[in-house]
Amino acid sequence: MKPRVLVAAAVAVIAAAPLLAPAFYVTLLNYIGLYSLVALGLVLLTGVAGQISFGQAAFVGLGAYTTAVLTTQYGMSPWITLFIAIAITLVIGYVLGIITLSMGGHYLPLATIAWGISLYFLMGTIESFGGFTGLTGVPPVSIFGYTLEKEDHFYYFIWLVVLGALWCAANLLDSRPGRAIRALKQGSTMVEAFGVHPGRMKTAVFVIAAVLACLSGWLYAHLQRFVNPTPFGINQGIEYLFMAVVGGAVSVWGAVLGATLVTLLKTWLQDLLPKLLGEAGQFEIIVFGVLLVLLLQYAREGLLPYLQRFVPSPKRPLPEAADHLQHRSMPAAGTPVLEVDTARKTFGGLVAVNDVSFDVKACEVVGLIGPNGAGKSTCFNLISGALEATSGSIKFMGHELIGETASSIAKLGLGRTFQHVKLVQTMTVVENVALGAYLRGSKGVIPSALRLNKAEEEAAFAEAVRQLQRVGLAEHAHDAAGSLPLGKQRVVEIARALAADPILLLLDEPAAGLRYAEKQQLAALIKTLKGEGMTVLLVEHDMDFVMGLVDRLVVLNFGQKLAQGLPEAVQADPAVREAYLGA
Amino acid sequence: MDFSIAALLAQDGLTNGAIYCLLALALVLVFAVTRVIFVPQGEFVAFTVLTLAAFEQNKLPGTVWLLLALGVTAAVAEVLTYRSDVRRMLRAMAGSALPSMVAAALVWGVHAMQAGFVLQVLATVLAVTAMGPAVYRLAFQPVATAPVLTLLIVSVAVHFVLTGLGLLFFGAEGARTSAFTNETFSIGGINISGQSLLVYAFTAVLVVAMGLFFKYTLFGKALRATAANRTGARLVGVSPNFAGSLSITLAAAIGAMSGLLIGPITTVYYDSGFLVGLKGFVGAIVGGLASYPIAAAGAIFVGLIESFSSFWASAYKEVIVFTLILPILLWRSLTTHHHEEE
Repeated sequence: MKPRVLVAAAVAVIAAAPLLAPAFYVTLLNYIGLYSLVALGLVLLTGVAGQISFGQAAFVGLGAYTTAVLTTQYGMSPWITLFIAIAITLVIGYVLGIITLSMGGHYLPLATIAWGISLYFLMGTIESFGGFTGLTGVPPVSIFGYTLEKEDHFYYFIWLVVLGALWCAANLLDSRPGRAIRALKQGSTMVEAFGVHPGRMKTAVFVIAAVLACLSGWLYAHLQRFVNPTPFGINQGIEYLFMAVVGGAVSVWGAVLGATLVTLLKTWLQDLLPKLLGEAGQFEIIVFGVLLVLLLQYAREGLLPYLQRFVPSPKRPLPEAADHLQHRSMPAAGTPVLEVDTARKTFGGLVAVNDVSFDVKACEVVGLIGPNGAGKSTCFNLISGALEATSGSIKFMGHELIGETASSIAKLGLGRTFQHVKLVQTMTVVENVALGAYLRGSKGVIPSALRLNKAEEEAAFAEAVRQLQRVGLAEHAHDAAGSLPLGKQRVVEIARALAADPILLLLDEPAAGLRYAEKQQLAALIKTLKGEGMTVLLVEHDMDFVMGLVDRLVVLNFGQKLAQGLPEAVQADPAVREAYLGA
Repeated sequence: MDFSIAALLAQDGLTNGAIYCLLALALVLVFAVTRVIFVPQGEFVAFTVLTLAAFEQNKLPGTVWLLLALGVTAAVAEVLTYRSDVRRMLRAMAGSALPSMVAAALVWGVHAMQAGFVLQVLATVLAVTAMGPAVYRLAFQPVATAPVLTLLIVSVAVHFVLTGLGLLFFGAEGARTSAFTNETFSIGGINISGQSLLVYAFTAVLVVAMGLFFKYTLFGKALRATAANRTGARLVGVSPNFAGSLSITLAAAIGAMSGLLIGPITTVYYDSGFLVGLKGFVGAIVGGLASYPIAAAGAIFVGLIESFSSFWASAYKEVIVFTLILPILLWRSLTTHHHEEE
């Protein structure tokens, strides 16, 4: 079955459900819809962007309480409170996001637990919020004069919102900012090299997840017509995360699957367990906990991948003719592109790069070589902006690079590859390459979610295909990047760097781990690129690989420049021989 | 507020702080060795109080069933893991399932014999400690190499399971254990309860004992080695599973000791452990989950904040304590240099 048919079938089932199912199930489906919204936010935040939040229930509470307080105590229309609730969530989500996302690793989830608990107690303590007994008499929502008082009417409203959110989320993931978000798990060095600001991206996803949760809370308040703090506690927050993990984070539909399974299981267990155990109580959490542990032990990707095996993943039609992305004007052959002047980097007392100077001219291939520990990689990182030089000067096309971020260096026209391949394994080859063109597009989160980015997307993919043809991997465009052998993955990295339209291509040990034939193909590719006017600086320790390839060599040893010049001359240099072969 | 009230609040805060301090040390220990942020730490505290209270009321503690459930499940897990290799299966069971089984028998025996207070306390501590190996084996060992965040979700799931089991086996009623001493001392016009002094002394002894354990015993050194470098420790023969199991068992033991101390002070329910544990957590976080002395100081600070805020704004006590974590977390995360996980 085609995915499109499946989606249509799902929509048909959702539309027909209230006509066929008993009232009890309509109530249940309403809750599944509300939970799906929150879980969708977590699929984006946790599953895709790799940030864990236990505190989503607090945002649901924020939406519910905002509308409950404003409609009951100030007589506002629910439609006005919707905008107020979203505005408040945007502000709080942004502030919490800025504070907590700057915390690395395990600090973020801990912080979400902390503010989750704190907001819960706050809701229960503030007097005008009705304390732990809550607020009653929340008015129903009316659309065009039609009041949604009955559950099955509200059902359509909820699921319309859910389907809309799913559509937007799916659009977002398949877009310029979406590819950047999907790449976040690879670490910030990689995304920064293509001009993505990881902090801003994470904050954006965090705010999106918060707004989805707030929306769910607003709907909840008008469905229940009553709010109290209980459903917004930390346990519910953990349950939302559970839904996202159960469903799986590979697709936005995982949110619906997770919310459905967890809600049905919970209802069923709440019915069964007290009978079985002869006592009343929330025993379903035992089963939930055990299932979650087993899931993380045996199926960390969630359950959706098991279902998706039966659905062929759609091949994205690649644009035949599309607008071309703008190209930058390349410098004339022989003009200086990179000028490194007495660059120095110290780590405490260790001088890793000791006043090294060299330059690279346009249309040249320069090799930076040296034995292990010579300071090549540090030197490379100084140029790419991953490290900041202690002193000296590094000029690229006349711009001083020291003090610049990796992002802004990328913007100036410096494309790079990584010694340890950093491709997004779950994206296709062509998507990975399109990520390289990030800086050549401009469409942000909102136009992408609403599919207002069609022309730009087509241009980006046309460019990606062009670069794949250039490096000879066009037939792999639709393969998952992780399925290619290492040699081809390195070439995909080169295509990705080329998609950024760089002036200078920095290759970090491109031949490491490659077999002989692969090395020869790589060398041929670099020569072709040079023939097309590309300037290349490559860092290597494989002398044989660089010998027939480069115009000039710069040799480093113990952080200092040992020699430079034509390959043959350098190879004959006794000092170089000594460094490589030992005395 | 006059001086005597301040002194009273300080004494209260220090008492709670000392208990949080013990929990913080356990959390730092478990995180350093296994990278698990051990959310269920508080459950050990609650289970200790509920077990001892059941003994005192002459009821068979639900701990027996809890231990049997853990032991049997661990045994089944070993059977599934080793299938045909009976010798290794039995050896693994001796490490993971046997302690719970033996402890279950011990609890049952102490109840049946109507043994005295000292034996009850001893059986309680051993019973809760014995949960450690089974919990590690069932929840954490299979995912030992997973990223910190996966381990954290597992940890939260274990907290769910233990809380649910607590409700099942101990019921929803709260319990309080009898005080070790009812004496009060008056120093310079301030009354100090014997129970508080006991808490301070016990905490101090435990902290020193832990210090000595890590410095002078082989097991302590093995744990430190694992914390410093997992691969390196493995190369010199320290099994990471053994170290992980030992660290969680020690955490359970520390949780049990804290339970003994907190039992006479507050009423504890099956789910009280979470909040108590989280406050220990705040302390541990102050220490960046790495430094024992800073974690201890942080935990005592939390106890004091809690005690004083309950005087000024008692309804907002929890709000204040948990909001306090945010700036601390921010400060910790900005001052500690963390490497990206690749």
